[in-house]
Amino acid sequence: MTDTLRPVQHTGFRASTGEFVSRIRSGDLGALPVVVGLAVIWIVFQALNPTFLSSTNLVNLTMQSAAVGTIAIGIVLVLLLGEIDLSVGSVSGVSSAILAVGWVQAGWPLPVVLVACVAVGALIGVLYGALRTTFGVPSFVITLAGLLGFLGLQLWILGRTGSINLPFDSPVVQFGQQWFLPDWLSYTIVALSCAAFAWSGLSMSRRRRDAGLPAVSYAVVATRAGLLLVGLLLAVWYLNLSRGVGVMFLFFVALVVAAHLALTRTAWGRSVFAVGGNVEAARRAGIRTGRVYVSVFALCSALAATGGILATARLAAANQGSGGADLNLNAIAAAVIGGTSLFGGRGSAFSALLGVLVIMSISLGFTLLNLDSSVRYMVTGAVLVLAVVIDSLSRKTRAAAGRA
Amino acid sequence: MRAETPRPGKLSMRGISKRFGAVRALIDVDLDVRAGEVVAIVGDNGAGKSTLIKVLAGVHPADSGTILFDDAPVTIDDPTDARDLGIATVFQDLALCDNLDVVSNLWLGRELRKGGGLDEVEMEQRSWALMRELSAKIPSVRTPVAELSGGQRQTVAVARSLIGDPSIVILDEPTAALGISQTAEVLNLIERLRERGLGVILISHSIADVQAVADRIVVLRLGRNNGDFRVADVSSETIIAAITGATDVRRRPLRTGTDR
Repeated sequence: MTDTLRPVQHTGFRASTGEFVSRIRSGDLGALPVVVGLAVIWIVFQALNPTFLSSTNLVNLTMQSAAVGTIAIGIVLVLLLGEIDLSVGSVSGVSSAILAVGWVQAGWPLPVVLVACVAVGALIGVLYGALRTTFGVPSFVITLAGLLGFLGLQLWILGRTGSINLPFDSPVVQFGQQWFLPDWLSYTIVALSCAAFAWSGLSMSRRRRDAGLPAVSYAVVATRAGLLLVGLLLAVWYLNLSRGVGVMFLFFVALVVAAHLALTRTAWGRSVFAVGGNVEAARRAGIRTGRVYVSVFALCSALAATGGILATARLAAANQGSGGADLNLNAIAAAVIGGTSLFGGRGSAFSALLGVLVIMSISLGFTLLNLDSSVRYMVTGAVLVLAVVIDSLSRKTRAAAGRA
Repeated sequence: MRAETPRPGKLSMRGISKRFGAVRALIDVDLDVRAGEVVAIVGDNGAGKSTLIKVLAGVHPADSGTILFDDAPVTIDDPTDARDLGIATVFQDLALCDNLDVVSNLWLGRELRKGGGLDEVEMEQRSWALMRELSAKIPSVRTPVAELSGGQRQTVAVARSLIGDPSIVILDEPTAALGISQTAEVLNLIERLRERGLGVILISHSIADVQAVADRIVVLRLGRNNGDFRVADVSSETIIAAITGATDVRRRPLRTGTDR
């Protein structure tokens, strides 16, 4: 009987690709649709306007993506729980108002103001989490109320001024607009990240092999690390043709990687997926589900506040419209387009990165074509619907393949 | 494959009564389980089977009666008490997270840590060992639970209850929704539990399953004990008669004149 249950040893190239194909076939699409979608969007815009894929424009794309992307990481977290936060735009606006009023008008020290912004965001999230767990009010309603309430708070903080400019030579604005990595540093960071990736893969493979568990072969790990290295080097080289890799964009990517590690390598991350998959099962397994809700909402709002700081830095101003307009929905759309399921329990921090690149590519593409925002909104809406349809379809396919 | 650690030899419930408002769900019920013994609780709908195991699992504390572990009285007021005493319950809905793989489900809420993160290698290794011990037919412990059949899911749920090293495992209708071969799989699994020296309490509607796997059969009828048989000595007709009330094996005369 025991021969029915023995770990398969050494997974090589063929097994790795075979597993990938069978996962796709059974509807576990992961990042595939969004990568294909991004390629299509880029090809179309490049055909319409040859400057679209220019280094300058792609540098713009990365800098535009940082703020919305940071907010989208928080949305990914709440979506993983099967919840939603509609108020991220307003919370980022509150943060932007605190930054401008506290620092420019009241003259508080910058570090204090930045900490205050993020702390206020986290507190708002704790409030949501407490309301959600104590009274069981759907997060849709709580955060809809938050959307209105915190928009009011933002206007109140800004007071009569309405719009406050940040000094152009301040570190905040420099961070948002002017700071780019020197070429050597960008290549060093790429090399170090790939080395860390390879080392972690190899040591995991070795530990698993020592323990008699199925392990990917060293060759596969090395190939993956090599592909990552080549890809990143190409990307960084191309960006370096003009201004290079923005510090703000690097900050955003670092947040994505941190969120990814927290979700996949810690007990907290495991409990987030468990609550999103089956909250009753999580509760009976002894997970304190209330704490999971509160921590996730707090992180989401804190990330929204951080995104507000980045947006203010990029714009060099805070006004009554900060965090308004389409910021809210773009952040939510980015998370969904990136492949995080609306149904909870399925997704990845990287969907924030991929999703925001899609949204911002569409936005920049139409700007380059001199089409006004009417077309852009309609196309973004259509892409969002497409993403949700793909999510639902892949869920059905998973159910049919027994992977629901 | 006997258990190495000494476990309490015997769990006894004596004179357990429980009422929900006007309904007397359990009246003076007794139950004994010894280590390495499978005891089946059978009875018609509303006989009090589920209530009895919920008392033991700490979901509903009993109104009166005593619970003894090796003749020492214990109190079970909530699920944590039951868990601390080494009583693990697998409820009918299994409570698994479909989106997580087998390893994650087994260790959910008590993950092994290493440094700042999870010790996936150790957890996976011990999951393989546990699954082998239970002779489970599962393609891989890294399969998401959603991909498993009903019998395999039942196996995962039972395996999870074993992670805490319990002395008593309660299974609520483990074969209710399963096909023939999957039922056989679960019955096999129950025998593995007995081999490990665990006391198993099995609730079932299927007389055939009970006869196949149990050592003793305890019949409940309308909230009272209505027979306690050794499987070897009893026919299915006798059991059915006890369940339906055709034979009244109660120890005391009825308190009222009718059968209510």
